Amino acid sequence: MPVAMPQSDGAVLARRAEIVAALERIVPGEGVIASEHAMRPYESDGLTAYRQLPMVVVLPGTTEQVAAVLAYCHREGVRIVPRGAGTSLSGGALPLGDGVLLGMAKFNRIRAIDFANRVAVVEPGVTNLAVSNAVAHAGFYYAPDPSSQIACTIGGNVAENSGGVHCLKYGVTTNNVLGCELVLMTGEIVRLGGSHLDAAGYDILGVVTGSEGLLGVVTEVTVRILKKPESARAALIGFTASEDGGECVARIIASGIIPGGMEMMDRPAIHAVEEFVHAGYPLDVEALLIVELDGPRPEVDHLLNRVQEIAQQCGAVFYRASTSEQERMLFWEGRKAAFPAVGRISPDYYCMDGTIPRAKLPFVLHRMNELSAQYGLRVANVFHAGDGNLHPLILYDANKPGELDRAEAFGSDILRLCVEVGGVLTGEHGVGVEKRDLMPVMFSEADLNQQQRLKCAFDDKGLLNPGKVFPTLHRCAELGRMHVHAGRVAFPDLPRF
Amino acid sequence: MSENLKPRYHAEVEEAIRWALAGDKTLEVVGRGSKRGIGRAAQWDATLDLSGLSGITLCEPAELVLSAKAGTPLADIEAAVAANGQELAFEPMDYGPLVGTAGGVGTIGGALSANLSGPRRIKAGAARDHFLGFSAVSGRGETFKSGGRVVKNVTGYDLCKLLAGSWGTLAAMTEVTIKTLPRAETEETVLVLNLDAATAAKAMTAAIGSFVDVSAAAHVPAVAAKRIAEIAAAGTAVTAFRLEGVAPSVVHRKGLLEDLAGPFGGLGTLREEVSRALWRAIRDVKPLAADGPAGACTIWRISTAPSRGAEVGNALAQRAQAEVLYDWAGGLIWAALPPSDDAGAGLVRAIVAAAGGHAMLVRAPAAVRAKVDVFTPEPAALAALTKRVRNSFDPQGVLNAGRMWAGV
Repeated sequence: MPVAMPQSDGAVLARRAEIVAALERIVPGEGVIASEHAMRPYESDGLTAYRQLPMVVVLPGTTEQVAAVLAYCHREGVRIVPRGAGTSLSGGALPLGDGVLLGMAKFNRIRAIDFANRVAVVEPGVTNLAVSNAVAHAGFYYAPDPSSQIACTIGGNVAENSGGVHCLKYGVTTNNVLGCELVLMTGEIVRLGGSHLDAAGYDILGVVTGSEGLLGVVTEVTVRILKKPESARAALIGFTASEDGGECVARIIASGIIPGGMEMMDRPAIHAVEEFVHAGYPLDVEALLIVELDGPRPEVDHLLNRVQEIAQQCGAVFYRASTSEQERMLFWEGRKAAFPAVGRISPDYYCMDGTIPRAKLPFVLHRMNELSAQYGLRVANVFHAGDGNLHPLILYDANKPGELDRAEAFGSDILRLCVEVGGVLTGEHGVGVEKRDLMPVMFSEADLNQQQRLKCAFDDKGLLNPGKVFPTLHRCAELGRMHVHAGRVAFPDLPRF
Repeated sequence: MSENLKPRYHAEVEEAIRWALAGDKTLEVVGRGSKRGIGRAAQWDATLDLSGLSGITLCEPAELVLSAKAGTPLADIEAAVAANGQELAFEPMDYGPLVGTAGGVGTIGGALSANLSGPRRIKAGAARDHFLGFSAVSGRGETFKSGGRVVKNVTGYDLCKLLAGSWGTLAAMTEVTIKTLPRAETEETVLVLNLDAATAAKAMTAAIGSFVDVSAAAHVPAVAAKRIAEIAAAGTAVTAFRLEGVAPSVVHRKGLLEDLAGPFGGLGTLREEVSRALWRAIRDVKPLAADGPAGACTIWRISTAPSRGAEVGNALAQRAQAEVLYDWAGGLIWAALPPSDDAGAGLVRAIVAAAGGHAMLVRAPAAVRAKVDVFTPEPAALAALTKRVRNSFDPQGVLNAGRMWAGV
């Protein structure tokens, strides 16, 4: 494991039996798992290269139990790692050997659905897709749709600020969450937001969303639900150069169209997918776009005609618009199967997640090909083209000595490249363990210190999911120190009035 | 008279805050002062005027982003994005007319710090939802940044959300990046006449949950409607629905909307320019303007669930003699109360608490704002967290100290 996790606290491990007993008193029955065999399923998340058995697993069923577990751990100085379905691709739910793994699976009820106010109140262990399913009978849905939506939970979505293919038009999690119940590391319970739209004070919910389980544990979430669009059509558009595809995306947006979804794939991804799914993708192109328009039928037809014109102006060599719902689904089936399709052509693949200013795409793809040659590893690209979120898939074989390390080094270079061209390290998968040590590529020490000071406001002892997001852990007292002294600051030379 | 520090660039902002820290002084952080009278009335030792940090630094419509110095006038930014056929989808209101400052002078930093929004809030969100990144100086006198210049980013904590709506109490922003979006090709507004608030709420919540996809829904009672030129002729309460998009879509959805709203009452239509003027008037709460007939009244801004809006509004009218106006399909209520020493705070907050939501005192004399909680008081655990968050950015309480709550 190349990324070092916080050293286990021997004093805590020595008290394991006592800690397990205390947790069993808080969550009686089958709520505590302490045998090695039974804890095995929790040893990793979606970033499977990293594994670590927790000290103990606890599965609380009520907010009060969560609060009691956190208060106990706070008092006793025991670390906690919260976990939803464990689908994180960045190791956000990787356990700690001396830590309690707090599984939220029992929080699986939908508490209320309120169509008049377009909200649903759900427990954090409810899966993303289950929210949409619960409101589908009335023609509603929950818009953020990460590709793991069958399995991933709303609590995890809040922690990671998850996106999906429709987020350019409908926003990511943070734009679709209105309220939550949050348990702080001290065991205190606070309610944020509700069915109304604006935060009353500081937007604590906004900063908890995407905090990767480092600020608190969410025990209830109020999400915005939307009326499902009246209709949707998709077009497949092929180009002989990725530059042309990129130009087409830019012109679609510049013409005032925000598609419901706009995805791009490069040649290796197209070929892997077509062999697997037979979605009718053209094989003689370098870039393939899927552009989906949704809304009232007259609008969709009108805009799709405009997209076709733009595609032609940009030199598209392939254009096919869906004429039935079945065909539209087939177009998407290919894109949605991109990861498993790549899994068929390589023993292993490593999925990256940077965002770039879209205009830099041709340059980034070109550099990526150079890096691919340099590392001797193939790469296939799928791309949320509308918002510049790249998912390069690095192909490797974990059984070949050194290949995993090479794949990780290649991946780090890609993310550095993203930052270099004005982009960011992660668009939707989170920093977690995986990109933790790259944070200084994007942030100065002062930037990271300010973020960690905020962490201290929520978790003064650094017990909640430590070892994630931040490359260096500082004690809160050290971060809080002020270094400004009267004698050493010059009187400012500022215009005064 | 207090000192006015007017930095010209980022390093001077840092210098100014360090100067305040060293001398144990507090700073009032302002852009161009359009919202200066909002918040708890407090005294500061000096003013940190950020209007000198002005200018658009990056404008890339195809990437949907724009960066600007924090003191850039919002009007300049709106003009620049309009030139590319885009807009700020969060439709930031201008508080000037409501609070009695000069209109049209707000800055982008101010718009973000106040988390401004407008009638399109129900569809496109508020400033927070379009705020992508910033550079700032904390109350510790340290420069830091967060976010980025791309529209999709989860790298590190989303401090943009925290700074949006923090009213300058956490950091002085120097440069910001926001999302810009295509402006709708056309718009039209459908009016339904003479509904009471409860019936209007039913019509509005039905519309936002339908294929009609309205970008705004507001209910203006008869008294207020008389003060908006575009609808004064109706002589009744007006419930307005805005449709935006490409022409074929607007036509189609107008048909759907008329089918949905027809059974509620008589219908009318406002076309493009008139429609725009109406929504500007609603956005800026023109019927309750400081220079109008309600100018002496105390103004509250109430956020609640849309379906509870009418109940809150009716209670305010009956029990607090308030004149009210509903936006956000009923979820935003502007209430004008007869002037009083306590702004009617106890009664307003009790009524809002019963329905869920919160109330902010927006306009009242300084003496009243010094004594009454302007922002809704928080329960103990949340208030303590708020205080710790504030301290993590500004431990000495330099920036806009006491503007949101006493001691914060």
